[in-house]
Amino acid sequence: MAATDVSPTERCRRALRRAQLRLLSLGGRGDGVRGTVALASAHLLGALSGLLATGDVNAADLPEDRVDVMLHSFNGGGVDAWGPAILIRKNILGKVSLLGTYYADIVSNASIDVVTTASPYHETRNEFGFGADYAVRDSVLTFLASRSTEPDYIANAFNFDVSTETFSGMTTVGLGYTYGSDDVGKKGEGFFDHATHYRYRLGVSQILTPTWLANANFEVVSDSGFLASPYRVALVFGAAVPERLPGTRTSRTLQFRLIGEVAPTLSVRGEYRYFWDTWDIHAQNFGVGAAYRMGEKWLLDGYARYYTQNGALYFTNNATSETQYVTRNRQLSPFSSWTAGAKVTYALTGVPGRYQVFLNGALEYWKTDYSEFTDLRTGNLYSYSAVLSQVFVTVIF
Amino acid sequence: MKSTPTLPGGTLRVVAFSLATCVLSACSLPEPWVKPYERERLADPLMKYQRDPLSAKDFEHAHDVREGARGGTGVQGGGCGCN
Repeated sequence: MAATDVSPTERCRRALRRAQLRLLSLGGRGDGVRGTVALASAHLLGALSGLLATGDVNAADLPEDRVDVMLHSFNGGGVDAWGPAILIRKNILGKVSLLGTYYADIVSNASIDVVTTASPYHETRNEFGFGADYAVRDSVLTFLASRSTEPDYIANAFNFDVSTETFSGMTTVGLGYTYGSDDVGKKGEGFFDHATHYRYRLGVSQILTPTWLANANFEVVSDSGFLASPYRVALVFGAAVPERLPGTRTSRTLQFRLIGEVAPTLSVRGEYRYFWDTWDIHAQNFGVGAAYRMGEKWLLDGYARYYTQNGALYFTNNATSETQYVTRNRQLSPFSSWTAGAKVTYALTGVPGRYQVFLNGALEYWKTDYSEFTDLRTGNLYSYSAVLSQVFVTVIF
Repeated sequence: MKSTPTLPGGTLRVVAFSLATCVLSACSLPEPWVKPYERERLADPLMKYQRDPLSAKDFEHAHDVREGARGGTGVQGGGCGCN
Protein backbone atom coordinates (compact mmCIF):
# COMPACT_ATOMS: atom_id res chain seq x y z
CA MET A 1 0.00 0.00 0.00
CA ALA A 2 1.42 3.44 -0.88
CA ALA A 3 2.10 5.81 2.01
CA THR A 4 -0.52 8.21 0.76
CA ASP A 5 -3.14 5.47 0.90
CA VAL A 6 -2.71 4.95 4.64
CA SER A 7 -5.68 6.28 6.62
CA PRO A 8 -5.13 8.80 9.44
CA THR A 9 -6.29 6.15 11.91
CA GLU A 10 -3.73 3.68 10.61
CA ARG A 11 -0.93 6.29 10.74
CA CYS A 12 -1.93 7.08 14.32
CA ARG A 13 -1.95 3.36 15.19
CA ARG A 14 1.52 2.85 13.67
CA ALA A 15 2.92 5.86 15.58
CA LEU A 16 1.50 4.48 18.82
CA ARG A 17 3.03 1.07 18.04
CA ARG A 18 6.49 2.63 17.42
CA ALA A 19 6.24 4.56 20.71
CA GLN A 20 5.19 1.36 22.47
CA LEU A 21 8.24 -0.52 21.14
CA ARG A 22 10.58 2.28 22.30
CA LEU A 23 9.02 2.25 25.78
CA LEU A 24 9.24 -1.55 25.95
CA SER A 25 12.92 -1.34 25.16
CA LEU A 26 13.38 1.30 27.90
CA GLY A 27 11.42 -0.78 30.42
CA GLY A 28 13.40 -3.89 29.48
CA ARG A 29 16.60 -2.27 30.76
CA GLY A 30 15.21 -2.62 34.30
CA ASP A 31 15.74 1.04 35.19
CA GLY A 32 13.80 1.03 38.52
CA VAL A 33 10.71 3.26 38.69
CA ARG A 34 11.40 4.74 35.26
CA GLY A 35 11.43 1.24 33.80
CA THR A 36 8.15 0.34 35.47
CA VAL A 37 6.50 3.57 34.22
CA ALA A 38 7.87 2.91 30.73
CA LEU A 39 6.47 -0.63 30.74
CA ALA A 40 3.08 0.54 32.01
CA SER A 41 2.98 3.29 29.35
CA ALA A 42 3.94 0.76 26.69
CA HIS A 43 1.01 -1.46 27.69
CA LEU A 44 -1.34 1.54 27.63
CA LEU A 45 -0.17 2.52 24.15
CA GLY A 46 -0.57 -1.07 23.05
CA ALA A 47 -4.16 -1.07 24.23
CA LEU A 48 -4.84 2.25 22.41
CA SER A 49 -3.22 0.91 19.27
CA GLY A 50 -5.43 -2.19 19.48
CA LEU A 51 -8.50 -0.04 19.93
CA LEU A 52 -7.65 1.93 16.78
CA ALA A 53 -7.02 -1.30 14.90
CA THR A 54 -10.52 -2.46 15.82
CA GLY A 55 -11.84 0.85 14.50
CA ASP A 56 -10.53 0.08 11.05
CA VAL A 57 -13.01 -2.75 10.62
CA ASN A 58 -16.05 -0.62 11.51
CA ALA A 59 -19.07 -1.50 9.42
CA ALA A 60 -21.53 0.90 11.06
CA ASP A 61 -21.55 4.44 9.71
CA LEU A 62 -21.15 7.48 11.91
CA PRO A 63 -23.19 10.58 11.08
CA GLU A 64 -21.51 12.95 8.62
CA ASP A 65 -19.63 16.03 9.86
CA ARG A 66 -21.84 19.09 9.61
CA VAL A 67 -22.69 22.53 10.91
CA ASP A 68 -26.25 23.90 10.87
CA VAL A 69 -27.08 27.50 11.75
CA MET A 70 -30.80 28.19 11.88
CA LEU A 71 -33.36 30.87 12.65
CA HIS A 72 -36.77 29.45 13.55
CA SER A 73 -40.09 31.12 14.17
CA PHE A 74 -43.58 30.11 15.31
CA ASN A 75 -46.57 32.43 15.00
CA GLY A 76 -50.09 31.39 15.87
CA GLY A 77 -52.70 31.13 18.60
CA GLY A 78 -51.39 34.31 20.22
CA VAL A 79 -47.86 32.92 20.60
CA ASP A 80 -44.80 34.36 18.88
CA ALA A 81 -41.66 32.31 19.42
CA TRP A 82 -38.41 32.63 17.53
CA GLY A 83 -34.72 32.18 18.04
CA PRO A 84 -31.42 30.88 16.76
CA ALA A 85 -30.30 27.26 16.82
CA ILE A 86 -26.91 25.74 16.07
CA LEU A 87 -25.71 22.17 15.58
CA ILE A 88 -22.07 21.14 15.18
CA ARG A 89 -20.98 17.56 14.56
CA LYS A 90 -17.37 16.46 14.09
CA ASN A 91 -15.84 13.05 13.64
CA ILE A 92 -12.57 12.32 15.47
CA LEU A 93 -10.25 9.34 14.92
CA GLY A 94 -12.76 7.80 12.54
CA LYS A 95 -14.82 6.13 15.25
CA VAL A 96 -16.23 8.89 17.47
CA SER A 97 -18.53 11.68 16.34
CA LEU A 98 -18.95 14.58 18.76
CA LEU A 99 -22.12 16.67 18.79
CA GLY A 100 -22.91 20.09 20.26
CA THR A 101 -26.26 21.87 19.98
CA TYR A 102 -27.76 25.16 21.09
CA TYR A 103 -31.42 26.11 20.74
CA ALA A 104 -33.16 29.28 21.92
CA ASP A 105 -36.88 30.05 22.17
CA ILE A 106 -37.71 33.73 22.67
CA VAL A 107 -41.40 33.64 23.50
CA SER A 108 -44.11 36.30 23.63
CA ASN A 109 -47.14 34.49 24.96
CA ALA A 110 -50.67 35.84 24.67
CA SER A 111 -52.31 32.47 24.04
CA ILE A 112 -55.99 31.80 24.72
CA ASP A 113 -55.16 30.52 28.25
CA VAL A 114 -53.06 33.55 29.00
CA VAL A 115 -55.46 36.23 27.77
CA THR A 116 -58.49 34.70 29.48
CA THR A 117 -57.02 33.67 32.84
CA ALA A 118 -53.59 35.32 33.25
CA SER A 119 -51.36 38.08 31.82
CA PRO A 120 -49.27 38.02 28.62
CA TYR A 121 -45.58 37.44 29.26
CA HIS A 122 -42.18 37.25 27.58
CA GLU A 123 -39.49 34.74 28.39
CA THR A 124 -36.51 32.97 26.87
CA ARG A 125 -35.68 29.28 26.93
CA ASN A 126 -32.11 28.17 26.27
CA GLU A 127 -31.20 24.57 25.58
CA PHE A 128 -27.69 23.19 25.31
CA GLY A 129 -26.85 19.65 24.25
CA PHE A 130 -23.64 17.68 24.08
CA GLY A 131 -23.23 14.15 22.80
CA ALA A 132 -21.01 11.55 21.23
CA ASP A 133 -21.54 8.65 18.84
CA TYR A 134 -19.10 5.76 19.03
CA ALA A 135 -18.90 3.18 16.24
CA VAL A 136 -17.76 -0.32 17.07
CA ARG A 137 -18.07 -3.06 14.48
CA ASP A 138 -21.72 -3.11 13.32
CA SER A 139 -23.01 -0.95 16.16
CA VAL A 140 -23.18 2.71 17.09
CA LEU A 141 -23.44 3.79 20.73
CA THR A 142 -24.87 7.25 21.28
CA PHE A 143 -24.80 9.40 24.39
CA LEU A 144 -26.49 12.77 24.60
CA ALA A 145 -26.96 15.12 27.56
CA SER A 146 -29.10 18.24 27.39
CA ARG A 147 -30.08 21.07 29.69
CA SER A 148 -32.99 23.42 29.07
CA THR A 149 -33.43 26.50 31.26
CA GLU A 150 -36.28 28.97 31.63
CA PRO A 151 -36.88 31.42 34.49
CA ASP A 152 -39.35 28.96 36.07
CA TYR A 153 -38.37 25.56 34.64
CA ILE A 154 -35.12 23.62 34.35
CA ALA A 155 -34.99 20.30 32.49
CA ASN A 156 -31.98 17.99 32.35
CA ALA A 157 -31.98 14.87 30.17
CA PHE A 158 -29.50 12.07 29.61
CA ASN A 159 -29.97 9.78 26.62
CA PHE A 160 -28.24 6.54 25.79
CA ASP A 161 -28.93 4.66 22.54
CA VAL A 162 -27.42 1.70 20.79
CA SER A 163 -28.15 0.67 17.23
CA THR A 164 -26.78 -2.36 15.46
CA GLU A 165 -26.93 -3.68 11.93
CA THR A 166 -27.85 -7.28 11.41
CA PHE A 167 -29.08 -9.62 8.66
CA SER A 168 -26.19 -8.56 6.38
CA GLY A 169 -26.97 -4.92 7.00
CA MET A 170 -30.58 -5.20 5.83
CA THR A 171 -31.98 -4.71 9.33
CA THR A 172 -31.00 -2.09 11.89
CA VAL A 173 -32.22 -2.53 15.45
CA GLY A 174 -32.07 0.30 17.96
CA LEU A 175 -32.60 0.48 21.71
CA GLY A 176 -32.68 3.70 23.72
CA TYR A 177 -33.14 5.05 27.21
CA THR A 178 -33.65 8.59 28.51
CA TYR A 179 -33.62 9.85 32.07
CA GLY A 180 -35.03 13.32 32.55
CA SER A 181 -35.03 15.36 35.74
CA ASP A 182 -36.92 18.67 35.95
CA ASP A 183 -37.17 21.46 38.51
CA VAL A 184 -40.58 23.15 38.42
CA GLY A 185 -40.94 26.75 39.54
CA LYS A 186 -43.33 29.68 39.52
CA LYS A 187 -42.62 33.34 39.11
CA GLY A 188 -42.45 34.96 42.52
CA GLU A 189 -42.23 31.63 44.36
CA GLY A 190 -39.05 30.13 42.95
CA PHE A 191 -38.56 26.42 42.34
CA PHE A 192 -40.97 24.42 44.47
CA ASP A 193 -41.34 20.92 42.97
CA HIS A 194 -39.77 18.27 40.78
CA ALA A 195 -40.65 15.93 37.90
CA THR A 196 -38.88 12.83 36.61
CA HIS A 197 -39.20 11.25 33.17
CA TYR A 198 -38.08 7.84 31.89
CA ARG A 199 -38.21 6.93 28.21
CA TYR A 200 -37.56 3.48 26.74
CA ARG A 201 -37.51 3.03 22.97
CA LEU A 202 -37.10 0.23 20.50
CA GLY A 203 -36.80 0.70 16.76
CA VAL A 204 -36.35 -1.52 13.73
CA SER A 205 -35.43 -0.31 10.25
CA GLN A 206 -35.72 -2.80 7.40
CA ILE A 207 -34.54 -2.65 3.80
CA LEU A 208 -37.39 -4.11 1.76
CA THR A 209 -36.07 -3.71 -1.78
CA PRO A 210 -33.22 -1.72 -3.42
CA THR A 211 -35.58 1.29 -3.37
CA TRP A 212 -37.91 0.79 -0.38
CA LEU A 213 -37.31 1.10 3.38
CA ALA A 214 -39.65 0.43 6.32
CA ASN A 215 -39.29 1.51 9.91
CA ALA A 216 -41.13 0.73 13.17
CA ASN A 217 -40.64 2.45 16.52
CA PHE A 218 -42.09 1.75 19.94
CA GLU A 219 -41.58 4.04 22.91
CA VAL A 220 -42.75 4.00 26.53
CA VAL A 221 -42.62 7.26 28.48
CA SER A 222 -43.14 7.27 32.23
CA ASP A 223 -43.46 10.52 34.19
CA SER A 224 -43.77 11.20 37.88
CA GLY A 225 -43.80 14.29 40.05
CA PHE A 226 -45.45 17.65 39.42
CA LEU A 227 -46.97 17.24 35.95
CA ALA A 228 -49.41 20.16 35.95
CA SER A 229 -48.76 23.83 35.27
CA PRO A 230 -48.62 26.08 38.35
CA TYR A 231 -50.20 28.90 36.30
CA ARG A 232 -53.11 27.10 34.62
CA VAL A 233 -56.61 27.16 36.06
CA ALA A 234 -59.59 24.87 35.56
CA LEU A 235 -63.23 25.83 35.82
CA VAL A 236 -65.49 24.13 38.38
CA PHE A 237 -69.08 25.39 38.37
CA GLY A 238 -67.72 28.39 36.48
CA ALA A 239 -65.18 29.26 39.20
CA ALA A 240 -61.46 29.25 38.49
CA VAL A 241 -59.41 26.77 40.55
CA PRO A 242 -55.78 25.64 40.14
CA GLU A 243 -55.63 22.60 37.84
CA ARG A 244 -55.02 19.28 39.57
CA LEU A 245 -53.40 16.34 37.74
CA PRO A 246 -52.12 12.93 38.91
CA GLY A 247 -48.47 12.65 39.89
CA THR A 248 -47.82 9.80 37.45
CA ARG A 249 -48.41 9.19 33.76
CA THR A 250 -47.27 6.40 31.45
CA SER A 251 -47.71 6.40 27.71
CA ARG A 252 -46.95 4.07 24.82
CA THR A 253 -46.41 5.05 21.21
CA LEU A 254 -46.13 2.91 18.11
CA GLN A 255 -45.05 4.35 14.79
CA PHE A 256 -44.70 2.83 11.32
CA ARG A 257 -43.00 4.55 8.38
CA LEU A 258 -42.39 3.62 4.79
CA ILE A 259 -40.27 5.44 2.19
CA GLY A 260 -39.54 4.51 -1.39
CA GLU A 261 -37.94 5.84 -4.55
CA VAL A 262 -40.54 5.76 -7.31
CA ALA A 263 -38.32 7.53 -9.88
CA PRO A 264 -34.62 8.44 -9.88
CA THR A 265 -35.54 11.99 -8.79
CA LEU A 266 -38.64 11.32 -6.68
CA SER A 267 -39.30 9.56 -3.38
CA VAL A 268 -42.58 9.18 -1.51
CA ARG A 269 -43.18 8.39 2.14
CA GLY A 270 -45.99 7.62 4.55
CA GLU A 271 -46.31 7.27 8.31
CA TYR A 272 -48.80 6.25 10.95
CA ARG A 273 -48.49 6.72 14.72
CA TYR A 274 -50.74 5.47 17.50
CA PHE A 275 -50.48 6.75 21.06
CA TRP A 276 -52.24 5.76 24.28
CA ASP A 277 -51.62 6.58 27.93
CA THR A 278 -52.82 6.06 31.49
CA TRP A 279 -54.74 9.35 31.42
CA ASP A 280 -56.92 7.71 28.78
CA ILE A 281 -55.71 9.80 25.85
CA HIS A 282 -55.74 7.94 22.56
CA ALA A 283 -54.19 9.76 19.63
CA GLN A 284 -53.17 8.94 16.10
CA ASN A 285 -51.61 10.74 13.21
CA PHE A 286 -51.21 9.98 9.52
CA GLY A 287 -48.71 11.59 7.21
CA VAL A 288 -47.70 11.47 3.56
CA GLY A 289 -44.88 13.28 1.81
CA ALA A 290 -42.68 13.43 -1.25
CA ALA A 291 -39.17 14.65 -2.04
CA TYR A 292 -38.10 15.73 -5.51
CA ARG A 293 -34.66 16.54 -6.92
CA MET A 294 -34.82 19.32 -9.49
CA GLY A 295 -31.59 19.49 -11.46
CA GLU A 296 -28.32 19.27 -9.55
CA LYS A 297 -28.94 22.17 -7.18
CA TRP A 298 -32.47 21.86 -5.78
CA LEU A 299 -34.27 19.47 -3.44
CA LEU A 300 -37.97 20.08 -2.84
CA ASP A 301 -40.08 18.50 -0.09
CA GLY A 302 -43.80 18.57 0.49
CA TYR A 303 -45.92 16.80 3.08
CA ALA A 304 -49.30 16.70 4.83
CA ARG A 305 -50.21 15.41 8.28
CA TYR A 306 -53.47 14.78 10.13
CA TYR A 307 -53.55 14.42 13.91
CA THR A 308 -56.48 13.55 16.16
CA GLN A 309 -56.89 12.75 19.85
CA ASN A 310 -59.63 12.26 22.42
CA GLY A 311 -59.54 14.03 25.77
CA ALA A 312 -57.87 12.95 28.99
CA LEU A 313 -60.07 11.60 31.78
CA TYR A 314 -59.48 14.79 33.77
CA PHE A 315 -60.22 17.31 31.05
CA THR A 316 -63.35 19.34 31.42
CA ASN A 317 -64.22 22.68 29.86
CA ASN A 318 -66.28 23.61 32.92
CA ALA A 319 -66.78 20.90 35.55
CA THR A 320 -70.23 20.34 36.93
CA SER A 321 -69.07 18.17 39.82
CA GLU A 322 -66.12 18.18 42.21
CA THR A 323 -63.43 15.64 41.30
CA GLN A 324 -60.00 14.86 42.66
CA TYR A 325 -58.31 15.81 39.38
CA VAL A 326 -59.41 18.50 37.01
CA THR A 327 -57.74 20.34 34.14
CA ARG A 328 -58.64 22.76 31.38
CA ASN A 329 -55.37 22.21 29.53
CA ARG A 330 -56.38 22.22 25.86
CA GLN A 331 -53.39 19.99 25.06
CA LEU A 332 -55.31 17.29 26.99
CA SER A 333 -58.67 18.05 25.35
CA PRO A 334 -60.19 16.37 22.28
CA PHE A 335 -59.10 18.06 19.05
CA SER A 336 -57.83 17.44 15.55
CA SER A 337 -55.36 19.32 13.37
CA TRP A 338 -54.22 19.46 9.76
CA THR A 339 -50.67 20.29 8.79
CA ALA A 340 -49.15 21.08 5.40
CA GLY A 341 -45.45 21.70 4.96
CA ALA A 342 -42.81 22.44 2.34
CA LYS A 343 -39.05 22.60 2.38
CA VAL A 344 -36.52 23.82 -0.19
CA THR A 345 -32.82 23.00 -0.21
CA TYR A 346 -30.38 24.72 -2.56
CA ALA A 347 -26.80 23.49 -3.03
CA LEU A 348 -24.94 26.80 -2.93
CA THR A 349 -21.34 25.73 -3.40
CA GLY A 350 -18.90 22.99 -2.59
CA VAL A 351 -15.94 20.88 -3.59
CA PRO A 352 -16.85 17.22 -4.18
CA GLY A 353 -15.46 15.03 -1.41
CA ARG A 354 -14.40 18.03 0.71
CA TYR A 355 -17.35 20.24 1.64
CA GLN A 356 -20.81 21.34 0.54
CA VAL A 357 -22.87 24.36 1.53
CA PHE A 358 -26.67 24.27 1.42
CA LEU A 359 -29.28 26.97 1.93
CA ASN A 360 -32.58 25.74 3.34
CA GLY A 361 -36.03 27.16 3.93
CA ALA A 362 -38.95 25.32 5.54
CA LEU A 363 -42.53 26.35 6.17
CA GLU A 364 -45.30 24.49 8.00
CA TYR A 365 -48.90 25.62 8.32
CA TRP A 366 -51.36 24.03 10.68
CA LYS A 367 -54.98 24.46 11.64
CA THR A 368 -56.32 23.10 14.91
CA ASP A 369 -59.98 22.70 15.87
CA TYR A 370 -61.01 21.87 19.44
CA SER A 371 -64.23 19.95 20.00
CA GLU A 372 -64.81 20.78 23.70
CA PHE A 373 -62.42 23.59 24.68
CA THR A 374 -64.12 26.98 24.31
CA ASP A 375 -62.99 30.58 24.09
CA LEU A 376 -64.29 32.02 27.39
CA ARG A 377 -64.70 35.45 25.78
CA THR A 378 -67.23 34.24 23.22
CA GLY A 379 -68.35 30.81 24.43
CA ASN A 380 -67.55 29.36 20.99
CA LEU A 381 -65.37 26.32 20.37
CA TYR A 382 -61.77 27.44 20.02
CA SER A 383 -59.64 27.01 16.91
CA TYR A 384 -56.44 28.58 15.66
CA SER A 385 -53.97 28.42 12.82
CA ALA A 386 -50.20 28.75 13.02
CA VAL A 387 -47.15 29.05 10.80
CA LEU A 388 -43.78 27.59 11.66
CA SER A 389 -40.85 28.74 9.53
CA GLN A 390 -37.15 27.98 9.40
CA VAL A 391 -34.23 29.42 7.48
CA PHE A 392 -30.90 27.67 7.86
CA VAL A 393 -27.48 27.13 6.36
CA THR A 394 -25.92 23.67 6.37
CA VAL A 395 -22.25 22.96 5.79
CA ILE A 396 -21.30 19.31 5.31
CA PHE A 397 -17.58 18.54 5.36
CA MET B 1 -40.81 -57.60 35.03
CA LYS B 2 -40.94 -53.81 34.93
CA SER B 3 -41.70 -52.42 31.46
CA THR B 4 -39.86 -49.41 30.10
CA PRO B 5 -42.21 -46.40 30.02
CA THR B 6 -43.02 -45.29 26.48
CA LEU B 7 -44.66 -42.19 25.11
CA PRO B 8 -48.19 -42.65 23.80
CA GLY B 9 -48.38 -42.75 20.01
CA GLY B 10 -50.24 -39.42 19.79
CA THR B 11 -47.59 -37.57 21.80
CA LEU B 12 -44.81 -39.10 19.70
CA ARG B 13 -46.50 -37.93 16.52
CA VAL B 14 -46.86 -34.38 17.92
CA VAL B 15 -43.18 -34.29 18.97
CA ALA B 16 -42.04 -35.65 15.60
CA PHE B 17 -44.22 -33.17 13.74
CA SER B 18 -42.91 -30.27 15.88
CA LEU B 19 -39.30 -31.30 15.32
CA ALA B 20 -39.88 -31.63 11.59
CA THR B 21 -41.54 -28.19 11.49
CA CYS B 22 -38.60 -26.63 13.39
CA VAL B 23 -36.03 -28.20 11.10
CA LEU B 24 -37.91 -27.31 7.93
CA SER B 25 -38.58 -23.72 9.02
CA ALA B 26 -34.90 -23.31 9.90
CA CYS B 27 -34.03 -24.49 6.41
CA SER B 28 -36.37 -21.91 4.94
CA LEU B 29 -35.11 -18.87 6.91
CA PRO B 30 -34.91 -16.00 4.43
CA GLU B 31 -31.53 -15.02 3.03
CA PRO B 32 -30.68 -11.31 2.75
CA TRP B 33 -32.30 -10.51 -0.59
CA VAL B 34 -30.90 -7.00 -1.20
CA LYS B 35 -27.15 -7.24 -1.72
CA PRO B 36 -24.84 -4.46 -0.47
CA TYR B 37 -24.06 -3.38 -4.05
CA GLU B 38 -27.82 -2.91 -4.66
CA ARG B 39 -28.23 -0.38 -1.83
CA GLU B 40 -26.71 2.68 -3.50
CA ARG B 41 -30.07 4.33 -4.10
CA LEU B 42 -31.06 3.88 -0.44
CA ALA B 43 -28.19 6.23 0.51
CA ASP B 44 -29.65 9.05 -1.61
CA PRO B 45 -30.72 12.10 0.47
CA LEU B 46 -34.17 11.66 -1.10
CA MET B 47 -34.49 8.41 0.86
CA LYS B 48 -34.21 9.95 4.34
CA TYR B 49 -37.30 10.51 6.48
CA GLN B 50 -35.55 13.62 7.82
CA ARG B 51 -32.38 15.02 6.28
CA ASP B 52 -31.72 17.78 8.80
CA PRO B 53 -31.71 16.87 12.51
CA LEU B 54 -31.89 20.46 13.82
CA SER B 55 -34.87 21.27 11.61
CA ALA B 56 -36.63 18.00 12.55
CA LYS B 57 -36.08 18.64 16.26
CA ASP B 58 -37.65 22.11 15.98
CA PHE B 59 -40.76 20.75 14.23
CA GLU B 60 -41.07 17.89 16.69
CA HIS B 61 -40.77 20.26 19.65
CA ALA B 62 -43.51 22.49 18.20
CA HIS B 63 -45.86 19.49 17.91
CA ASP B 64 -44.94 17.97 21.29
CA VAL B 65 -45.82 21.08 23.29
CA ARG B 66 -49.26 21.37 21.66
CA GLU B 67 -50.38 17.74 21.32
CA GLY B 68 -51.20 15.14 23.94
CA ALA B 69 -49.12 12.46 22.20
CA ARG B 70 -45.35 12.26 22.46
CA GLY B 71 -42.52 9.94 21.47
CA GLY B 72 -42.30 7.02 19.10
CA THR B 73 -40.40 8.97 16.48
CA GLY B 74 -37.10 7.22 17.09
CA VAL B 75 -35.26 10.35 18.23
CA GLN B 76 -33.72 11.08 21.60
CA GLY B 77 -35.78 13.17 23.99
CA GLY B 78 -34.81 16.41 25.64
CA GLY B 79 -36.81 18.39 28.12
CA CYS B 80 -38.58 21.71 28.51
CA GLY B 81 -41.28 23.36 30.55
CA CYS B 82 -43.91 22.16 28.13
CA ASN B 83 -46.65 21.74 30.74
